[in-house]
Amino acid sequence: MDLIVLFFSAAIINNFVLTYFLGICPFIGVSHHLSPAISLGLATVFVMSITSVVSWLIYNHVLIPYELQFLQIPAFILVIASLVHLVEMFVRKASATLYRSLGIYLPLITTNCAIMGVAFFLTKRQYSLEQSVVFGLGAGAGFTLALTLMASIREELNLADVPAPFRGAPITLLVAGILAMAFMGFTGIE
Amino acid sequence: MPLKTELTKGLWQINPVLKHGLGLCPALAVTVSAMNGLAMGLATTFVLVFSSLIIALIRRLVPDQVRIASFILIIATFVTIVDLVMKALFPELSATLGPYVPLIVVNCLILARQEIFASRNAPFRAVLDGMGAGGGFLIVLFVLGGAREILGSGTFLGSAVMPAAFQPWLIMILPGGAFLTLGVMMAIANVYSQYLEKREHKARQAKRMESFRKEGAD
Repeated sequence: MDLIVLFFSAAIINNFVLTYFLGICPFIGVSHHLSPAISLGLATVFVMSITSVVSWLIYNHVLIPYELQFLQIPAFILVIASLVHLVEMFVRKASATLYRSLGIYLPLITTNCAIMGVAFFLTKRQYSLEQSVVFGLGAGAGFTLALTLMASIREELNLADVPAPFRGAPITLLVAGILAMAFMGFTGIE
Repeated sequence: MPLKTELTKGLWQINPVLKHGLGLCPALAVTVSAMNGLAMGLATTFVLVFSSLIIALIRRLVPDQVRIASFILIIATFVTIVDLVMKALFPELSATLGPYVPLIVVNCLILARQEIFASRNAPFRAVLDGMGAGGGFLIVLFVLGGAREILGSGTFLGSAVMPAAFQPWLIMILPGGAFLTLGVMMAIANVYSQYLEKREHKARQAKRMESFRKEGAD
């Protein structure tokens, strides 16, 4: 039960993109069209849940026993970079179609701050292993949700007559602001 | 390019936030007040300047295939320094900025400057470039934080500036306000850069007319 609450709170109530501002770069950059947005979202969910397991293990079984907590920033970034690389190699081997549809989005995940954010949140809040996995899944689902919503809105926006200075990033930010206000409606449900 | 432009170009011409949309996560997340924006801007500039220096110094030693990984490790080292210093000297500030200080390591603006500039230029130029880009980032964060603080809580740098009858706009210090304010700021920047372009275009045309006239007189 607690785990279900944790999942929905990470995905919707405290949505990573719209309340913590994590993963804004892909949120603005890859939300022109719906289908790459969905692919990137799913790849992110995948990497995020693996990252949460591995970084939990490294933090609790390597860094804490040897009192190396101050090394967590380099340790996590290395974990994420190598994981993304591993996932990339695995996907290429396992399914060529998936690999082609994800394209350049896979390596881009390394610099997605949402992934790093998951790793920091789960050590700061001292989650257990199961909680970490669920939290990673929830955060990934929330990211995918926000990205899909944004991409669908932007496909419609292409048909709208936007004032010239607002074209591109500014109008996207304004739309994101309205989305964030809508997501505020979920605050307090726990 | 003259040394002075290396420093000043980051403030406007290649401003990381307004022109390239880089480093948006911290720009949106911490700018509840002008003070937070200033602190985040300074921390990022510190990391950017010192990692630029180191990367420019070792740029000939690092093989191309592992350069991104080594850049990230160098950046992570300086972020760790900032994080620990902040925790020790300004525990309150470090608590309000929360996870966004360690997250400087994945700030795309830093990696972009290293990849585009520091890994291809001499150390002194790289430091100037880092200062410029960091300064541009700092100004945007300070203005954004200031605007949100004034409208959202009626204060500036902690002291009240709005008349007592002013009802603070709560939305400005909530996530929605961050997106709206930055969106409007970017639009204003677009209007200004279009105005500059138009003026330059006019100046160029006037010059051409002048030279035509001269030729005609000859």
